[in-house]
Amino acid sequence: MSDALVQARDLRKRFGAFEAVRGIDVDVARGEVFGFLGPNGAGKSSTMRMIACVSPRSGGSLQVLGMDPGSDGPRIRARIGVVPQLDNLDTELSVRENLEIYGRYFGLSRRRVRAKAAELLEFAQLTERAEDPVEPLSGGMKRRLTIARSLVNDPELLLLDEPTTGLDPQARHLLWDRLYRLKREGVTQIVTTHYMDEAEQLCDRLVVMDDGLIVAEGSPVELIERYSTREVLELRFLPEHRPAAGELAGLVERVEELPDRFLLYTADGERAQAEVARSGLRPLSALVRRSSLEDVFLRLTGRSLVD
Amino acid sequence: MAEVTAAVVPAPSASGRVPGRAGGIGIVVEHHWRWYRRNWRATVVSSVLQPLLFLLAFGVGFGALVSGSGRVEVATGGVGYLVWLAPALLAMSAVQSAAFESTYPVLSGFKWQRVYHAMAAGPLSAAQIGLGHLTWIALKMFASGAVYVIVIAVFGGVTGPGVAVSLVAATFTGTAVAALVMAFAATVENEGSAFTGLFRFVVIPMTLFSGTFFPVDRLPAVVRPLAWVSPLWHGTELARSAALGRWQPLAAAGHVAFLLVLLVIGAVLVARQFRRRLTP
Ligand SMILES: Nc1ncnc2c1ncn2[C@@H]1O[C@H](COP(=O)(O)OP(=O)(O)O)[C@@H](O)[C@H]1O
Ligand SMILES: [Mg+2]
Repeated sequence: MSDALVQARDLRKRFGAFEAVRGIDVDVARGEVFGFLGPNGAGKSSTMRMIACVSPRSGGSLQVLGMDPGSDGPRIRARIGVVPQLDNLDTELSVRENLEIYGRYFGLSRRRVRAKAAELLEFAQLTERAEDPVEPLSGGMKRRLTIARSLVNDPELLLLDEPTTGLDPQARHLLWDRLYRLKREGVTQIVTTHYMDEAEQLCDRLVVMDDGLIVAEGSPVELIERYSTREVLELRFLPEHRPAAGELAGLVERVEELPDRFLLYTADGERAQAEVARSGLRPLSALVRRSSLEDVFLRLTGRSLVD
Repeated sequence: MAEVTAAVVPAPSASGRVPGRAGGIGIVVEHHWRWYRRNWRATVVSSVLQPLLFLLAFGVGFGALVSGSGRVEVATGGVGYLVWLAPALLAMSAVQSAAFESTYPVLSGFKWQRVYHAMAAGPLSAAQIGLGHLTWIALKMFASGAVYVIVIAVFGGVTGPGVAVSLVAATFTGTAVAALVMAFAATVENEGSAFTGLFRFVVIPMTLFSGTFFPVDRLPAVVRPLAWVSPLWHGTELARSAALGRWQPLAAAGHVAFLLVLLVIGAVLVARQFRRRLTP
């Protein structure tokens, strides 16, 4: 038995003739926050659902907590926590009741779930709303409640599928703060996201997924070092001044042409900007920034992550 | 040294465990009960008021119109129309609420509220989730039926303790219907015309041609076989013979066997369809 909490080899998921996950290898170690970063349709949720033992694999091998989801699904599910992509709270029950009844699914006694619910309400900063029905809560509150709910059985592994999609920035930061706290407490987490900033913020290590395959793996810093330059110069032009990509190519290591701008990859953005000016080009705007996972994704797939 | 052993065999630290087969069903029932405790007011109309209106309209109103003609007593075998009708209404209201409770709420569990998906993320099996909901529907049917029995008694429709067996028969019939409808609802992706079609072409004809308001032998011979395949007819026969104390052992055994087969088929299909839908 390996020490990894999750170990997948050539893992596959087919829906009819369509293969959503096309053979991936994954190892998640105890205590780490592991990410799946990829655009919509990459196969992130399909993978998560196989790990969560609610979707049988179509091929390859998979071990979760040292057990096989195919034969030990209920025993694995008893020991993990799941935050699904789509909320599935019982909106007609109160916030507290949602926590209590969910604990009951895990075979916890009524006394135990009452105590646990009080603790989790504090964690989710929802104590004041405990007796309110879930229906009118904000998206951020519902998401916090879903995360609190997933902790009711003190899970050894927490699966979060797009935990902050659709939330405003403030709600996202509040949520990230809760997830940091869990990380400090040593809870192993697997997160999927199509936001590169979320992956950079949360993940110790991540894989970039595209079209059912893993195209790169590493820590956010490693990935940026390996697949991008230190800095990026973003140039926008008026249509009548827009140069051909070839005119910029000589100035920097690599150029990406997007519909609305050029991305110039270089170790020194300021210097590249000066050279652009010297060569007589007249950009409408020029912005130097550090490379991000977005650039890694663009390099690997030729497409933007968020459309 | 302690560190070494801990790393080699990580002890499970999660507090969750896998509930037993019946225990899991009980937990699902508990969820629905928690919901009911908060929302029972909304369900009173459909579970008590509607059958009460049927009782008033047909048992009392229509009964007064036809009584004294002498022909009613021929059809009912010598008892008043209300007494004859009441146990059948009990069965009919169980089947109607069974059909309702196992359509929209089931689709909601899969699609709108997605509560079934929440349950499936834990150690419960898809079969426990489906059969737990079915058990809840059966318990609720029994409870509303008991209230209905009291209402019928107030109007003088109850003549003896046999009505308790009628209540059990009605619940049994409703549960068999609920299981089949539930298995069907688990395959429905969009409510669209699926449920209205079910009500229009199955449930309503069934309530009209199952011997509730008039004996089946008054139907034209060609449509009589419709009654024989209708679970409500079998339930009505059982409920009525219990209330009126007119047992025919062989016929009763046949009705019970028919409903039991439906219930078992329904339960197996519920387990299968829930598994397909929850763990694709
Ligand atoms: N139950 C299903 N039946 C058929 N196709 C599915 C099903 N679930 C997902 N897919 C398809 O598999 C692909 C990957 O989906 P998903 O895993 O949800 O991607 P992601 O979570 O990365 O957005 C998509 O093309 C999606 O349409
Ligand atoms: Mg997804």
